[in-house]
Amino acid sequence: MTAVATPPRVIASRPELLTDRSTHYCPGCGHGIIHRLLAEVLEELELAPRTIAVAPVGCAVFAYDYLQLDWVEAPHGRAPAVATGIRRVRPDSFVLTYQGDGDLAAIGTAEIIHAAGRGELITAIFVNNGIYGMTGGQMAPTTLLGQHTTSTPTGREAGAAGFPIPMTEMLAILPGVTYAARGSVSDPPHIGKTKAMIKRACKAQLDGAGFAIVEILSNCPVGWGMTAVESMEHLSEVEKVYPLGVLVDRSAPARQPAAAEGA
Amino acid sequence: MERSVVFAGFGGQGLLFAGQILARAAIADGLEAFWIPSYGPEMRGGTASCTVIVADEEIGSPVVDRYDAAVVMNPPSLARFGPRVADGGLLIANASLLGDASAERPEIDELRVPCTELAASAGDDKLVSVVALGALVGRLGWVTRESVIEAIREVVGVKRPEILEADLGAFEAGVRAGAVAVPV
Amino acid sequence: MTATVERAPTEGATGSKRSRILMKGNEAIAEAAIQAGCDAYFGYPITPQAELLEWMARRMPELGRVFVQAESELGAINMGLGAAATGARVLVSSSSPGMSLMAEAMSYMAGSQTPIVLVNVMRGGPGLGSIGPSQSDYFQAVKGHGHGDYKVPVLAPASIGEAVELVATAFELAERYRTPVILLADGILGQAMEPIEPQFRHPPRQEFDWALTGADGRPPRVLRSLHLLPERLEEHNNVLQAKFREIARNEVRWAGEQLEDADLAVVAYGTAARIAHSAMRKARQEGIRVGLFRPITLWPFPEPQLRELASRPTAMLVVELSAGQMVEDVRLAVEGRCPVAFHGRTGGMLPTPDEVLAELRRLDATVRAGGAT
Repeated sequence: MTAVATPPRVIASRPELLTDRSTHYCPGCGHGIIHRLLAEVLEELELAPRTIAVAPVGCAVFAYDYLQLDWVEAPHGRAPAVATGIRRVRPDSFVLTYQGDGDLAAIGTAEIIHAAGRGELITAIFVNNGIYGMTGGQMAPTTLLGQHTTSTPTGREAGAAGFPIPMTEMLAILPGVTYAARGSVSDPPHIGKTKAMIKRACKAQLDGAGFAIVEILSNCPVGWGMTAVESMEHLSEVEKVYPLGVLVDRSAPARQPAAAEGA
Repeated sequence: MERSVVFAGFGGQGLLFAGQILARAAIADGLEAFWIPSYGPEMRGGTASCTVIVADEEIGSPVVDRYDAAVVMNPPSLARFGPRVADGGLLIANASLLGDASAERPEIDELRVPCTELAASAGDDKLVSVVALGALVGRLGWVTRESVIEAIREVVGVKRPEILEADLGAFEAGVRAGAVAVPV
Repeated sequence: MTATVERAPTEGATGSKRSRILMKGNEAIAEAAIQAGCDAYFGYPITPQAELLEWMARRMPELGRVFVQAESELGAINMGLGAAATGARVLVSSSSPGMSLMAEAMSYMAGSQTPIVLVNVMRGGPGLGSIGPSQSDYFQAVKGHGHGDYKVPVLAPASIGEAVELVATAFELAERYRTPVILLADGILGQAMEPIEPQFRHPPRQEFDWALTGADGRPPRVLRSLHLLPERLEEHNNVLQAKFREIARNEVRWAGEQLEDADLAVVAYGTAARIAHSAMRKARQEGIRVGLFRPITLWPFPEPQLRELASRPTAMLVVELSAGQMVEDVRLAVEGRCPVAFHGRTGGMLPTPDEVLAELRRLDATVRAGGAT
């Protein structure tokens, strides 16, 4: 065996679905990791050619610049309704929404709850970093009590600003929801588990079982006023309020796919 | 020729249905027709009314200043539409519910029809509006009797065949009531 | 420029008059959409358009097509946005308060050039208003509806037969120009029944090079309205504006009646035009020479045609079921060439032919006396 003849062993590379460009995300931001996880899962399941993805309003609005898929931009919070429309007229497509906590847990609560309630065959990726990053770091519905944001400058206080909303727990009780789980991007083991959750949530759609959601606890170093490393470490505090794990996994199909004629 | 009639009374008296039958008959006669209900919360009970316009030319306005005819089935309808009948027009008053109440307008033809009794004699006392429609057609002849009968057969024959004969009987009873000599 | 000086919808009919069927406006609009190949309908119940949704609830599943009663008008229009993004033919309907909720998505669809047909069966406003017929959403419909610099074609039928025809036109315009299109009806047109010819148009299908179908063997497609760089957004707006100019050149529709010898012209659309039509007949019987100018497209507005009309010695009376909205566009169009008077009722009230006649008499007397209106 000659060392010269052995090709270098590739242990990591850019998934083909990811474009070869730097993201606009701040250094240390978790969105980049989550984009990569999505790209890996879609490639492994060979879903990209039939995926139609719905982009949110918020930091991830430019997801279409990084993931080489067909994308439509939804008005703020309306991604689950947009996804419903797509999935109903194109039953053979694979439909994905990517939403942040302002999008999904504030302005878009009606849309996410009713899409889940109808058991729409869509997969929702819910990135919870507890803050409105794009607009400058204001409070999100998921902001922790005591957390300082630009709209809770002395820390979130329940009396004035209410309590953090556990969206995924709320959704998990709906019979239309076939899979609901919460992962994190705090370190490689958690990232690996989160990828498995995303994969399971995609398969739920392929099985025609119902609505699936993965909430991913992510960081916002700039919005949180921390270094990238500090913000990743801080996720362990966030996990105390939003416990990780699978909240519901109903294997039986919740409903039959809607009879629909392709466009 | 453009003629308008309002059917007004309680919800459930079949007024909207009677108006639709008139519109269908007009179409069968090759005329133009327009039917518009009072709509919304009113249809959950209380008063109900619809206006039907029949014409041999394109129908313009869906609202009319004065009705050529009004069918009033209860006191509020008499109060509301009695004054809106055009001079020389026809008011068909449901004597079964209105008793002696009248629009007190000598310049109009006021025909008092005991709709409930006539409907009951035809086999279903709920068909008061069909009786009134018969009286209207018998009196004014805007549409042919045959077209009305055809329209009733088409609609009732499909939706509620068990009361078709009663509907046809109520209509004929109304036609006879409408055909009595016009008081001078 | 299409100047369709048309006959009454039932008079010019080809078939026997006896072949006509009696249909409620809301249901006729729904069926016309189905016959035009509508793939998906999304809606939320609201008076006075609920029968449209109910018709779709029954018919669309029968045909294996998509019907969803959404959680709100926001849900409905955004489902429409998603379905339309795939190239499907989509209808969404509502009435005035619901239309306000849909303004956001309309702006997105105008920006991302997504074709869709939206029906507004107008009721009285502002706010919850009344359920009575109204034309008080004219500004909302023709001045863009949502935020940003855009227009969408607005079609205003005056009869149920014409509504049926314009539904097919709406789908054609939406797809030809990649734009939302509004069919602007009112409570009367929605709730009334009239005979229609059971003949529907079926606009042919085309392949779209923008539709989202999954990036299978082709580069990914993105439907977006976001262009953060001001230079890019201005460029995009220039494309949109060029399209709007093209629509304005090609798609004006209007109808005129007895304008040739008219001293006075009534300008009205939809239900108001029918009331004006009756008033015109009465006025002519009195010897007042009145004609009717009826815009069918409210945007693009038949501005050049009105301007031409105004260059003759005449005065105009605008009649609306509103406090006066289209009258502003009429005045802009005639540029002071002739006096423009207005008569309107609001809140679900309707002007009667006699009311309009009284206005015409007054205008006639003023013009004869050489005075201003």
